[in-house]
Amino acid sequence: MSELFRDYSEAAARSGAYDEMFTPGAIARKSYGQVDGALRELSLADVSARAESMARTFLDRGVTFDYAGEERPFPLDIVPRVIPADEWDVLERGVAQRVRALEAFLDDVYGRMAVVADGVVPRALVTTSAHFHRAVHGFEPAGGVRVHVSGIDVVRDAAGTFRVLEDNVRVPSGVSYVLENRRAMAKGLPEAFGQQPIRPVEEYPRRLLSALRKTAPSGVDDPTVVVLTPGVFNSAYFEHTLLAGLMGVELVEGRDLICRGNRVYMRTTAGEQRVDVIYKRIDDEFLDPLQFRSDSMLGCPGLVNAARAGGVTIANAVGNGVADDKLVYSYVPDLIRYYLHEEPVIANVETFRLEEKEAREQVLDRLEELVVKPVDGSGGKGLVIGPDASREELDALRKRVLADPRGWIAQPVLQLSTVPTHAGDRFGPRHVDLRPFAVNDGDDVWVLPGGLTRVALKEGSLIVNSSQGGGSKDTWVLSDSPQVPAAEMPRSSITVREQVSVWPVESNWRDRQSDQQQ
Amino acid sequence: MLSRIAESLFWIGRYVERADGTARILDVHLERLNHLPLEEQRSVARELLAVMGARPQSEEFGLPELLHALAYDKTSATSIAGSLSAARENARRARETVSSSLWESLNTTYYGLNQHRKDVVGTYRFCNWVLERTAMVRGLADTTVSHDESWLFLVLGRSLERADMTARMLSTRDVLSAGMSWVNMLRCAGAYESFLRTRRAAFGDQHAAEFLLLDRLFPRSIVFALRDADECLAKLDPSAQRVGFINDARRIVGQARTFLEFHRTDDLMSELPEHMDRVQKAVTQASDAISRKYFNQADELAWVGEVS
Repeated sequence: MSELFRDYSEAAARSGAYDEMFTPGAIARKSYGQVDGALRELSLADVSARAESMARTFLDRGVTFDYAGEERPFPLDIVPRVIPADEWDVLERGVAQRVRALEAFLDDVYGRMAVVADGVVPRALVTTSAHFHRAVHGFEPAGGVRVHVSGIDVVRDAAGTFRVLEDNVRVPSGVSYVLENRRAMAKGLPEAFGQQPIRPVEEYPRRLLSALRKTAPSGVDDPTVVVLTPGVFNSAYFEHTLLAGLMGVELVEGRDLICRGNRVYMRTTAGEQRVDVIYKRIDDEFLDPLQFRSDSMLGCPGLVNAARAGGVTIANAVGNGVADDKLVYSYVPDLIRYYLHEEPVIANVETFRLEEKEAREQVLDRLEELVVKPVDGSGGKGLVIGPDASREELDALRKRVLADPRGWIAQPVLQLSTVPTHAGDRFGPRHVDLRPFAVNDGDDVWVLPGGLTRVALKEGSLIVNSSQGGGSKDTWVLSDSPQVPAAEMPRSSITVREQVSVWPVESNWRDRQSDQQQ
Repeated sequence: MLSRIAESLFWIGRYVERADGTARILDVHLERLNHLPLEEQRSVARELLAVMGARPQSEEFGLPELLHALAYDKTSATSIAGSLSAARENARRARETVSSSLWESLNTTYYGLNQHRKDVVGTYRFCNWVLERTAMVRGLADTTVSHDESWLFLVLGRSLERADMTARMLSTRDVLSAGMSWVNMLRCAGAYESFLRTRRAAFGDQHAAEFLLLDRLFPRSIVFALRDADECLAKLDPSAQRVGFINDARRIVGQARTFLEFHRTDDLMSELPEHMDRVQKAVTQASDAISRKYFNQADELAWVGEVS
C-alpha cells in the first residue's frame, strides 16, 4: 500500500464506519480498482499539487460559495466516491419511488386530504407544518408536477445499508458542484477515468429544461423559461448562474419581473416579454410580498396569484415545504405504501416523533446518545448531536423540546460511511453523505447518475455542510454494460477529448502545408 | 435581453476601457512626475487627479496618494483596481450572458490585483499588466461573445468610455504642459507608430492633436470612438428614421462627432481644454440617455399603487 495510505485501515477501523473504498481487510473494493491503481502511482507532492491546482481553477472559474460574505472555492477532494452499478440501481429506484410518493402526497394535502381521511397521517401533522401554505390550497399545477427538482439525502450506515436521511423538495441546491466536480476531476485524476465506464452527468441541464418546458401553462407552444435568483449575495448564486447559462435561459431577479393580469413579464431592452415558467431559487416566504412576507424585495408581487390562475408555472411549486418537514419524513414509508402500493426501496433512519409521549420520554432520557433535529430546519441548522453536546446544551435542548414537541425529531447517531480523503500528509477516512438529484417532468422521474457527495473534512466529524467546513467529492456511478456507447462517455474528460481531437488537428495542419506549397 | 443585464454589459465595456485608459495615462505621466521637485510633484498630482474626474481627499496629496487614487483604490470607480473590480462585479451579475472565458479572465484579473507592489516601480509593472489583461478581456469579448445585442452594449460602453478617456488624456497636456511632448501623448494612446506611418516623421503639435481627435482610422481617436458608438446605437434601434432622430443618445453622439469634424482644427487646438470638456459632457449625457431608454426600471414600485 502506498505511503499515502499509511495507517489508513487502522483509522478506518477506529471510526467504526463502513468504508466505501476498502474492505475491513484493507483490500480495495472492485468498483475502486481503477481509482486505487491511479492513486498508487502518485506521490504526496503530486497529490498536493493537483489539489492546489483544482482549488485554483475553482477560484478562477468562480466555482465558489459565499461564506460570511467571502467567496470561497468549494473544496473538492481528489479521491472520488465510486458507486457500483448494482448499488446505484437500488438508489435510483428508491429515489424515484420517494419522489413519486411525495408528489402524490402534496397533490393530496392541497386537495382532497384523502391521506388524513384514511387515517394514514393525523390531520394536525399537515396543518401544523410551518410550510403548509393555505394560499395554494385547491391549486392544480400545470402538467401535474409540483416536485420538478428534488434532492433526497441518503447515507450509508455502519452495516453498509443505504438509508434516506431527509427529503428536499423545495429548493435543493448543489447540482452545480456535481457538474463542475466532474470537469475538474477529468483534469485532476485523468488516470482513473481510463476505460472505466462512468455514467455522465452533463445531461442534467437539458433534462431540467425539457421538464420545465413540458410543465408550462397549457396553450403555450414555445414557453419562455427563466431562473429566478435572490441575487448575487445568495450563497448559491454560482449555481443559479450556471444552470441558467447551461440551459441558455435568462437569470432574473425579482425586480426584473412584473405581474399584470395574472401573467408574468420580464423587463427587456425591447420592452416587456412574457415569462411562462419560473424555476425559482427563492424560498416561498420571499417569493411574493402580496402572499407572504410583505417586506421581501426578492420576489415579485402577484406571482402566486398568476400561478394559481394558470398564467405561469412556478417550479418547484409553492407549498412543497410541507413534504420537507422532518416529522412528515417519518411517515414517508407509510406514504409509499399508501399511494404506490409498494414497499420502500430505501429505508428511513429510525426516527422518534417527539410529540408522541412515550417516544419523547425515552428520548429525553437518552439525549446524550441521539441526534435531535428541528423539523423545519435545513443545512444542519439547529441540529444537536448528543455525544458532542455539553451538559448545558442538552439542558437547553430539553427545555426547547418540551416547549414545542411538534418542532423536533430525534434519530440515533449514524456512523456515516467514509471515503479516503486528502488530509495533510496522507489520506484519512472522512465521513460522507450523498444527495442524488431527480428531475420530474410529469411522466418520468429521472435520477441524475451520481449526485453530490459531501464530505466532512475534519477527522471524526459528521457534519458535511459547506457552511460548516465541509467539502465535496465527485461521485462516479459505474455502468455495468461493458461497452458504453460513445455518446454517453463523459465528454469533458481529457482522455476522451484527446481521442477525438488529435486526428482532425493533424490532418488540418497537413492541408495547410499543402496549401502553402501550391 | 434583460434590461439589467444590458446595463451590466454596458458597464463592463466602460470599466474595462477605463482601466486601460487610466493605466496608459498613469504609465506615461509617472515617469515625468517622478523627476519633479516635491512641491511641484504635489501640485501636478492634484491636477492630474482632477483631470481624471476626482478630488484629492487630503491636504497631503502627493505621488504615493496619486498612485493609490488612480491605481489601487478598490473603492473608487476612478482607479484601475476599482474599475476592474466593478467590471468583474458586473460580469458576475451577468454571468449567464457573458461567455465563461470572458468571465474567467475578468475574475482572474480581479484576483491578480493584490499581487503588485504599490510603489512607483511596482506601478509601472502594474500598468503594463493591466494593459495586457484588458487587451485579453477585449479579445475574448470580441471572439467568444456573439455579436448580438449583448455585444453591442459592451462595445457601446467601451467606445463611449474611450472617447472620454482620450479627451481626458488630451486635457492632461494642459496640466503638464511644461515638457509633456506630443510624442508622449501619442505614446499614451498607443498611437505613436500609427501616427508616424500616417504622417511620416515630419509633424508638429497640430498634426498630433488632429490625429488623436480626428483620425478616422485610428481606434483610439475621439472621432473613431464616437462613430463606433453611433453605429452600435443605430444597430440597437433599427427603426429607420427618414427625418431627424428621436433617439437622444444618437443625437448627442452625432452632434459631438460632427462638431469636431467640421470645426477648424486651429480653433480646436487653441481651445483644446474647452473642447475636451465638451466631449466628456457629451459622453455623460449620452450615457444617461442610454440608461433612460434601455436600462431604466421606471415602474419598479408601480405595484404599491395597485394594491392600495
